[in-house]
Amino acid sequence: MYDIKALYEAKSVEDAINLRIAHPDAQILAGGSDVLVQIREGKRAGKELISIYMLDEIRGVSLDENGAIRIGSLTSFSHITKNEIIQKYINVLGEAVDMVGSPQIRNIGTIGGNTCNGVTSADSASTLFALDALVELTGKDGKRIIPISDFYIKAGTVDIHPDEIQTAIIIPKEKYIGYHGHYIKYAMREALDITTTGCSVNVKLSEDKKTFLDVRIAYGVAGPIPMRAKTAEEFIKGKAVTKENIKEFSLQVMGDINPRDSWRASKAFRQHLATELAQRAITECITLAGGEI
Amino acid sequence: MAQYKLVKCTINGKEVEKMVDVRASLTDMLRNDYRLTSVKKGCEVGECGACNVLIDGECFNSCIYLAVWAEGKNIRTLEGLMSPDGELSDIQQAFIDEAAVQCGFCTPGVIMSAVEILESGRDYTDDELRKLLSGHLCRCTGYENILRAVRKTLDKRLGKIQ
Repeated sequence: MYDIKALYEAKSVEDAINLRIAHPDAQILAGGSDVLVQIREGKRAGKELISIYMLDEIRGVSLDENGAIRIGSLTSFSHITKNEIIQKYINVLGEAVDMVGSPQIRNIGTIGGNTCNGVTSADSASTLFALDALVELTGKDGKRIIPISDFYIKAGTVDIHPDEIQTAIIIPKEKYIGYHGHYIKYAMREALDITTTGCSVNVKLSEDKKTFLDVRIAYGVAGPIPMRAKTAEEFIKGKAVTKENIKEFSLQVMGDINPRDSWRASKAFRQHLATELAQRAITECITLAGGEI
Repeated sequence: MAQYKLVKCTINGKEVEKMVDVRASLTDMLRNDYRLTSVKKGCEVGECGACNVLIDGECFNSCIYLAVWAEGKNIRTLEGLMSPDGELSDIQQAFIDEAAVQCGFCTPGVIMSAVEILESGRDYTDDELRKLLSGHLCRCTGYENILRAVRKTLDKRLGKIQ
C-alpha cells in the first residue's frame, strides 16, 4: 500500500484542471515511476494525488498541418522510440528515451513526467533542448505554449500554473528539417542508471557538407537544469567542418556549462565528459548528415 | 479514511472485478486479492523487476503501477503460462533445462519479459536480448543461463533450431 492521503482520478484534461483548482496541494501523477517511488521513500508520503495516467487524449505522436511533431505528454518512452514519425524525423529523441531506466520503466515513464520533474538528468530533456522544443500547457483559460528553455525555472521547478497540466511537447518543422541529431548518455552502468552527464547535438550542414549552417548543443547534468551551450554554438556556426573546429567547439562549451561535484561524479570529471561528449556527438551528427571528418 | 474503487479487468484470460483500496499497487492487488504469488515483492521501487507482469502485451513493474490503473486492462502473470493440464510452457521448461533458476525469486518476472520478447515474433541479437532483459536483477545465476534459455526458446519458435 502506498501512503496516499487521497487519490483523484482525472477523466479528461478539463477534469484534471478542475481537480487542480479544487485540490491545490495535490501532486500530479502521470506514469508514477518517480512520484510513486518518492512516496515509498517517504519524500512525498501522505499527500493527495491527481492521477492523469488514464487520459488517452494526451497520448500518442502526430504531425500537425504545419509539419510540427506533437507528442502527447503521456506518451511513454517506448512508444516514442517505436513511433514511425519519431524514427523518420527525430530519431535522436527515440534513441535518447530508449536509454532511460529499463524496458519496464520505458513502458510506464512518460515524456511529460520526465520534463515536469524539472531534473537535469532527464534523458529526454537535453535532446528536447537541442531540438528547441515547445511545451504546451493547458489551463482554465486555454493553452499556453512556451519554449522548453523557459519551462525549466530551477532544479525541480518548472513553469506550470496552479490550474495547468502539461499536455504536449511540440517540435516545430523548421527545428528538425535538415538537421541530424545524436545523444550520448554517459552513465556508470548499461541500464537502470541515472545520467552522469549527457550531451545532445543537432547539426545542419551546407549542401556540400563542408560547412556548419547551424549547430545546437544541449546538456543534462552540466548544471542545475538542462541547458544549451550557446557560446559553443555561436563559435561553430558558419565554420568549416574540420577536426580543429570541432575541438575548439568542444572547448568553448566550458564557457557555458556549470556542473557540480556530487556523489555521482566530480565537477572536473563532468567538465571532461562535456568536452569529450561534445566532440563525439557532433562527429556522429556529421556522419549522419552524410559529411566526412 | 480508506478509499475504495471497483476495478474490472482481465487477468490471465478471465474477466474479474473487485473492490480495491486506491492506495494499492498492482502487486498488492494481484497478490492479496487474486493470490497470484508469482508476482514478487522485491525492491518495490521499480528497479529489480521481480513484480513484472504483462499489461496489454507490454511489461510493467506492477509495484509502481496503481491497482486502479488496471481498469479495463488485460493483465498476464506467470500463472497464466501453464496449460490447463499443468504442462509448463516452452520458456518455463527452457529455464529449467538451462539452469536459469536458482533461488527462483526473480524468475517469474524475467519469464514475463521473455514472453513479451517471444511474442513479438521477430529475431534479436544477443545484445538486443541483453538490453530487453536489463530490467531484472538476479543475484544467483549471473544472467548467462537466463540469456541462453531465452535465446534457445526464441530460436526454437523461429524454427532456427529443433
